[in-house]
Amino acid sequence: MNNERNTVSADTYDAAAETTAAEAPSRRNKQKKLKMRGVKRTAFSMPYLALSILFVVVPLLIMLYYAFTNLEGGFTFDNFAHFFSRPNIMKVMGRSFLIALITTVACFLLAYPLALCLASSTLNRKAILVMLFVLPMWINSLLRTYAVKIVLYMVEVTNAWTAVTIGMVYDFFPFMLLPLYTVLSGMDKNLVEASHDLGASPLKTLFKVKLPLSLPGIVSGVLMVFMPTVSTFAISDILGDSTTYLFGNIIDQWFASSGGWHIGSAYSFILLVLIAVTVVIANKLTKGKTDVGVGGVL
Amino acid sequence: MSKTVKKSLIWAFVGVMLFLMYAPIAVLIVYSFTDAKALGVWGGFTMDLYAALFTDSAVLGALGNSLLLAAVSATLATALGTAAAVGIYYMKRKRKACAQFVCNITMENAEIVTGVAFMMFFLLINVQYGWAALIIAHTMITVPYVILSVTPRLSQINPNLYEAGLDLGASPVRSMLRVVMPQLIPGMISGFIMAFTLSLDDFIVSKFINGGVETIPIYLYNALAKRGPDPTLRALSSVLFVVVLAALISVNVVSAKRKKKAMKSAV
Repeated sequence: MNNERNTVSADTYDAAAETTAAEAPSRRNKQKKLKMRGVKRTAFSMPYLALSILFVVVPLLIMLYYAFTNLEGGFTFDNFAHFFSRPNIMKVMGRSFLIALITTVACFLLAYPLALCLASSTLNRKAILVMLFVLPMWINSLLRTYAVKIVLYMVEVTNAWTAVTIGMVYDFFPFMLLPLYTVLSGMDKNLVEASHDLGASPLKTLFKVKLPLSLPGIVSGVLMVFMPTVSTFAISDILGDSTTYLFGNIIDQWFASSGGWHIGSAYSFILLVLIAVTVVIANKLTKGKTDVGVGGVL
Repeated sequence: MSKTVKKSLIWAFVGVMLFLMYAPIAVLIVYSFTDAKALGVWGGFTMDLYAALFTDSAVLGALGNSLLLAAVSATLATALGTAAAVGIYYMKRKRKACAQFVCNITMENAEIVTGVAFMMFFLLINVQYGWAALIIAHTMITVPYVILSVTPRLSQINPNLYEAGLDLGASPVRSMLRVVMPQLIPGMISGFIMAFTLSLDDFIVSKFINGGVETIPIYLYNALAKRGPDPTLRALSSVLFVVVLAALISVNVVSAKRKKKAMKSAV
């Protein structure tokens, strides 16, 4: 919404600038001026956009090409059939989603109450507390995973799946907390007060007012936790054992051997499609809700 | 429930969460002062691990590589990203949506997919895995974040200044460099810092295209997942933890102070 407003204002500014410029008498050579006018500000985005077509879009197209060809270069669906015909791999896929889901839910259940506490007015020195919780986000996740490994070893967590899940929750917790805190601290306090005044219990206020209004934060938090966990391979490499094989590990394995690139590409493509679908659903979810919310308030 | 009870409950909860957050880091740092091979065993206080760390040529080499790569790619990303942010900001709606879509591809795609796509691409266009591949990849994956931090500044500056520069006879590039860019510097700095940290932090994309060049995250991954962690790693991790946390805290404190000052002078 903000962006659209910016575009509109920018356009009107442009138009205004052009009309005044046209009206203003110019002493300089008209042709030279026209030539300069020809170079619009938008042209400055060209280097990056050209490079990103070369280095972002083309590599993905190459991946697509690999996914639909076999070793001899002929067109085939075999790489995808390989995925759907192997119950083992479907199981790994299911497990990856399950563990990502558990991690996301656990992060949310821990982060939402904490975000509520941090956003509540009873705490002083809030900024410092929030900063302390968010700082670990900037430390390499391999390091944090290693720290968790030592602690888990000391408290004798031996189950590999439990270890991997705990590691993921620990690693991605700040990414859930930050968007939740941002949306909760920016929430209109009057709405909460109105809900109290109208006789709603604190619990009812939480479920009927705060939760629905924090939906945009929830969605971005869920995306920031779910996406990396569903495709990670490092955390399961470090904390798990040979049984904690995730979808990311499979892709990693296929690309470790040069003959596996076609199948690996098909798998990556499947992951890419799943991510795209998730992002589209998330966008729909927040857009629909915020519009309804604003309409309701107005 | 009285207010004080509520307040102490909140503090207790926040305290427990903070403890959980920092306990693993603290444990790691404590155990970096003992040289026992096994995890979680106290073999007496010693600084040996640190001594070993600072003479380990592999670690020091990886550190140098990481810093150089981050500096080069963040500089490139800041230049490309600032120009792109200006361009995209003034685009008409449809083109803008297209450009933002391109940015979103790199930000929202799974890193492993980005990594393997780069891996196949560089092989196909005959770029050797290693420095060139790493610099290109790191620049491309960090540009969108620079755009994100520069764009908010653009909405604060007067959009007519660029045209004014042109009217006064500056070429478009000169007008951009001398008129528009100086006003974007705060956004560019935060974009640079963001790109620098993201590059320092990245290992998934680098893993596929490093061609034997070890950065710190690659070194960590190889040590943790392949070689099996040796005790020196605890010292290395502790140093990195402390350095990163200290840097972040000082940056935050400085910016908080500056904000306070700005608020005061505004009042």
